[in-house]
Amino acid sequence: MTPPEGAPPARARIRIPERTLRTDRWWLGPLFTTLGLATFVVYATLRVFQQDHYWVQEHHYLTPFYSPCLAAQCAPDAALLGRLPVEFPPLVPYALLSLPFLLLFRLTCYYYRKAYYRSIWQAPTACAVREPHRSYTGETRPLMLPQNGHRYFFYVAFVITLINTWDMFVPFLHGTNGGFGVGLGNVIMLLNVLMLWGYTLSCHSCRHIMGGRLRAFGRHPVRYRLWTGVSRLNDRHMHFGWASIATLIATDAYIALVSSGVITDPRFFN
Amino acid sequence: MSERVFRVWRGADEGDLTEYRVEVNEGEVVLDVLHRLQATQTPDLAVRWNCKAGKCGSCSVEINGVPRLSCMTRMSVFAEDEVVTVTPMRTFPVIRDLVCDVSFNYDKAREIPSFTPDPATSPGDFRMAQVDVERSQEFRKCIECFLCNNVCHVIRDHEENKEHFSGPRFLMRVAELEMHPEDTADRRAIAQDEFGLGYCNITKCCTEVCPEGIRITDNALIPMKERVADRKYDPLVWLGSKIGVRPKDTPIVPNVRHPRE
Repeated sequence: MTPPEGAPPARARIRIPERTLRTDRWWLGPLFTTLGLATFVVYATLRVFQQDHYWVQEHHYLTPFYSPCLAAQCAPDAALLGRLPVEFPPLVPYALLSLPFLLLFRLTCYYYRKAYYRSIWQAPTACAVREPHRSYTGETRPLMLPQNGHRYFFYVAFVITLINTWDMFVPFLHGTNGGFGVGLGNVIMLLNVLMLWGYTLSCHSCRHIMGGRLRAFGRHPVRYRLWTGVSRLNDRHMHFGWASIATLIATDAYIALVSSGVITDPRFFN
Repeated sequence: MSERVFRVWRGADEGDLTEYRVEVNEGEVVLDVLHRLQATQTPDLAVRWNCKAGKCGSCSVEINGVPRLSCMTRMSVFAEDEVVTVTPMRTFPVIRDLVCDVSFNYDKAREIPSFTPDPATSPGDFRMAQVDVERSQEFRKCIECFLCNNVCHVIRDHEENKEHFSGPRFLMRVAELEMHPEDTADRRAIAQDEFGLGYCNITKCCTEVCPEGIRITDNALIPMKERVADRKYDPLVWLGSKIGVRPKDTPIVPNVRHPRE
């Protein structure tokens, strides 16, 4: 069909067969991201289902992967919220109450979404690199709508981070000879909790709740200050995300090694 | 002075990359070299440019596959022996050589309901706190180079989405208006349903290519997604809106969208 007289000529986009003309190492970022996420998922899966070496009785070290410990098999002192009257069968995590929400908190996190959309789903693998999918609907389909519930997982994660903070304080009161004491485990757990708070409070939903949803900051000075503080943390949300993954693995591995008797906990004081 | 190899897109959609050997001097940018090509070897090379200062947003192209302003890309970022490939933006139809037809963007801009102050206010009534001015000021730095819309894979790799997706530039415009303390319109529903915010998967390419350094994803798109969640997906906010009074959704500007064929 010929176009009507006076109509602008039909134009098309340029056709370049190459997936991208980028000459830099654009694949490096997605590769490291995939390796990092895979490492965490494999490690966490193995440890969560191990059902052992999660608790150091002498200093009350409890790994975050088992907190709060709910199973009837849990060490009594490790069960902050008490134990259920049933023994958990194999492959059921002792921290059944917290782990699914923590997983969902990270799955729906705006940073991790970027990370796995790029490096795993490849939509796109890198900027200006053609993605391999024939069609794209983004987050519009019903399956993707739970991504909008990130704020609710943030609320739960906030409470769980409070529990992790409690878990970090308790070992300070269980030195070698009773009373206050500090060992390497305390330092590692403290660092882990700081990173967890950094990650939780720098969340984009937290930023929205604190004040981002307001139209006018001028009329809400307190919320503006809260929003400013969270915004500063939010700049480093990705860094907190990776740092907290690293400290979670480090804390759990350390407690597992001490708990299993492979190493002893060096004490700085008592 | 040194001689460099440039590969430049010539022709329209079915054109090809033509190779040139061209002189490059210290301190020059890619646009300087394109101008030298025009002056010495190929006077019919079509290049759109204006200010040569990174402020007009005219000279958007793709250099070695990366969307950039040619006037802000120094030749010193390339190795001496590196071939420099310059193509037009891939998302928009090409008119000729490096010049694209970016009218898609103007069509999308027209659909956004403009600033809507309370009709009871008069000019001079507004008193905005500096913190509120600063918030939207970041978005006002936009020079409309459309590199963000060009790099966004939603329409770059899937042209069929152009009808449903306005692109980061205009979702940022919606966010800017939604964050204006004196604005009374509610664009949250249309941001999702008409402008396609749900297509955005926050992969931040728009932020990466923005020559003005606007944090489009973190400061506009994600806050807008959270506002849409307030409006459409949060049951607690929904409950609150049933008890209180929720502003009425503002529709898109009438008669701006081409009728579907």
